[in-house]
Amino acid sequence: MSLYFMALVLFCIGVYGLVVKKNLIKKIIGLVIIENAVNLFLILTGFRTGGEAPILERGMEAVPEHFVDPLPQAMILTSIVIGLGVIALLVAISVRIYEKYGTFDVTKITELKG
Amino acid sequence: MKEHGMSLPVKRITRITVALIFFYGLYIAIHGHLSPGGGFAGGVIFALSMIHIVLAFGRENTMKVLSGAAASMLESAGALAFLLIALGGVFAGAFFLNFLPEGEPFSLFSAGTIVFSNMAIFVKVGAGLFAVFLVMALLRTDDSVQNNEGEDR
Amino acid sequence: MIPVFVIIPLACAFVIPLVAKKYEVLAPAVAGVGSFLLLVFSIWSIFLLGGDGHVVYEVGNWQPPVGIPMVVDGLSVLMLLVVNVTGFLSLVYSVPYMKKFTSARYYYTLFALLLAGLNGVVISGDLFNLFIFVEITAIASYALVAFGTERQELEAAFRYAVLGTLASAAILLGIGLAYSHTSTLNLADMAEVLSAEGAGGVVIPFVTVLFVAGFGLKAALVPFHSWLPDAHPAAPAPISAMLSGVVIKTIGVYALVRVLFNVFGMTQATTDVLIWLGIISMAVGVLLAIGQWDFKRLLAYHSISQIGYVVFGIGLGTPLGIAGGLFHLFNHSLFKSLLFLNAGSVEQAAGTRKLDELGGLSEKMPVTSWTSLVASLSIAGVPPLCGFWSKLIIIIAAFQAGHVIGAVVCIGTGIITLASFLKVQRYAFFMRKGEVKDFIKEAPLLMQISMVALAVLCVLVGILFVPFLSEVIQPATDVLLRGTGAFADFNLLGV
Repeated sequence: MSLYFMALVLFCIGVYGLVVKKNLIKKIIGLVIIENAVNLFLILTGFRTGGEAPILERGMEAVPEHFVDPLPQAMILTSIVIGLGVIALLVAISVRIYEKYGTFDVTKITELKG
Repeated sequence: MKEHGMSLPVKRITRITVALIFFYGLYIAIHGHLSPGGGFAGGVIFALSMIHIVLAFGRENTMKVLSGAAASMLESAGALAFLLIALGGVFAGAFFLNFLPEGEPFSLFSAGTIVFSNMAIFVKVGAGLFAVFLVMALLRTDDSVQNNEGEDR
Repeated sequence: MIPVFVIIPLACAFVIPLVAKKYEVLAPAVAGVGSFLLLVFSIWSIFLLGGDGHVVYEVGNWQPPVGIPMVVDGLSVLMLLVVNVTGFLSLVYSVPYMKKFTSARYYYTLFALLLAGLNGVVISGDLFNLFIFVEITAIASYALVAFGTERQELEAAFRYAVLGTLASAAILLGIGLAYSHTSTLNLADMAEVLSAEGAGGVVIPFVTVLFVAGFGLKAALVPFHSWLPDAHPAAPAPISAMLSGVVIKTIGVYALVRVLFNVFGMTQATTDVLIWLGIISMAVGVLLAIGQWDFKRLLAYHSISQIGYVVFGIGLGTPLGIAGGLFHLFNHSLFKSLLFLNAGSVEQAAGTRKLDELGGLSEKMPVTSWTSLVASLSIAGVPPLCGFWSKLIIIIAAFQAGHVIGAVVCIGTGIITLASFLKVQRYAFFMRKGEVKDFIKEAPLLMQISMVALAVLCVLVGILFVPFLSEVIQPATDVLLRGTGAFADFNLLGV
């Protein structure tokens, strides 16, 4: 249970970084922390106390009851890859923003009024 | 002419280690159906080996081996190969059908199309990540690739 | 044959970078052929549905619930039409419009990826697969918003991407919780597990909250709308048309409605939430639109308001309300994308999109002017154009359901919308203010063709609304009305 709570704490740290920090790169880092908190939480939902990694080796018997649930792990792997794509795009955009504005400070990047 | 990259010892050692890293990535990808890892993990290691070369030899020298445009092409080719493997299944019955003989469990030559899919992903992810790195590294001089990562796994 | 909807756009996306480096002209050609094929297939899919109203395709011959199915039913057919009609016409429009951009081949690659994601969302029968396609769509649209790489584009794309990623995190969390609760990701299977379990848990209401927030942000419903007025005007015009006309509906409204109606089942609470989100979006969107003088930004605020109509109509939950909402969804994709295309050609011709700097364009640009008149009257709900019928149906449904506040807000929003678009017509096209600049001339031929086609569709759907309702909207409405039983008859095929 405390592990789930830790994921929540991590999530809150990420939200703090995203909301409070003014630097674009720090905001991106906050976003990464949020994503990882969600990923961690979902991995934990598939966990089983005393479970083994769901990998079949030669000469091993398949006993589904001994394995942790592999499906959340596959989901999270996909989600990490999606996250990689988004982060790469965000970093590329913020480098371009730096070229145009000469700063990473969001309070100075205000062409649009929202 | 100005010397690119780092000092001589670094270059010497990089010559050896890059090959090791590359083949480790290839190993991970080829054994994807037997052990943890697979095309994506292997591809990331492949990209890392290329980034290694950039760091040691400078990007001008690396671009002679694999330029950003070539990496972008390679990435699309990998994705296309993956799609073609999936399409091969259509003619055998269903999209993504594993239409090759599946062979003995736990042997290297088994699991039908999965090995080939892994290799396609290996090329795509490796080239794609390297292209992203190049875009970030030479953003000043470029008219280079917009990245379109993230649609594969 | 269902996978073609994903195969064709993905193949286009991967082929274009390979061939277009040498022959730049191949990029629009490949993308155009691909999206034309998609259009043909999506029209064909109307006739694909048999008596039982759906087709299931098992990817890789894996049976549900293990495999990932692709499903086409009435609602999917409607959405496929929305996606591919607007997609093809926007692509036709892009060909002359994108000439001024460097390396336009990446634009066509991203456009094809966008189409792949949108079509994938619509035909996916698996919750996590739906999420992946939502993400493909979202990533492609972030990149497309930033495509101009000027200051405003980059800033808008950054905000859009950050908020979109937060929404995705909420959706992913919801999917994980739903999975840990039901031990399945297959939509049909999940609906069965949940309806067998009955009401009363706390997990599913929490997941519903996460989904409403996540998909609501992607649909730009009002408390979550702040990114839209920045992002939609910043993109190139055909992409604005795709984003406003299709993307917010597919990865926002469609995904939300599909999950809430067909998997979780509607409760009184979710009905109220949808209705009030719809009402607030309608009112706030249109009120914010009044003061706008930027052509595209005004249209973007109207998108928020019109999405409010759709969600309000569907949220009513009565047969008439759902039919009206879905009909309005289709109509909005026609006239809003047409308006954005008009705004694009005005901007290209006059070099500005500030309404108070334009004027008298109807003489120089007759095609743009007349098509935008059709679209404006259509969005304002003037009979016999398509927007009138769907708004009428929604208002009647609201009165029938006893929701007088909603009906009044609908009517009021309609009136303000009419006023707002009269302003657009007057300032941009009809009022002469000094000399009209000489360099302004009519848009290129392909842009004209695409605008005229959309205008003709607006009129046709308006005149032939009865057959359209019975052939396309009725099957889609039935799918939502069947609720959690919608998948029941093909659930666990072969198991």
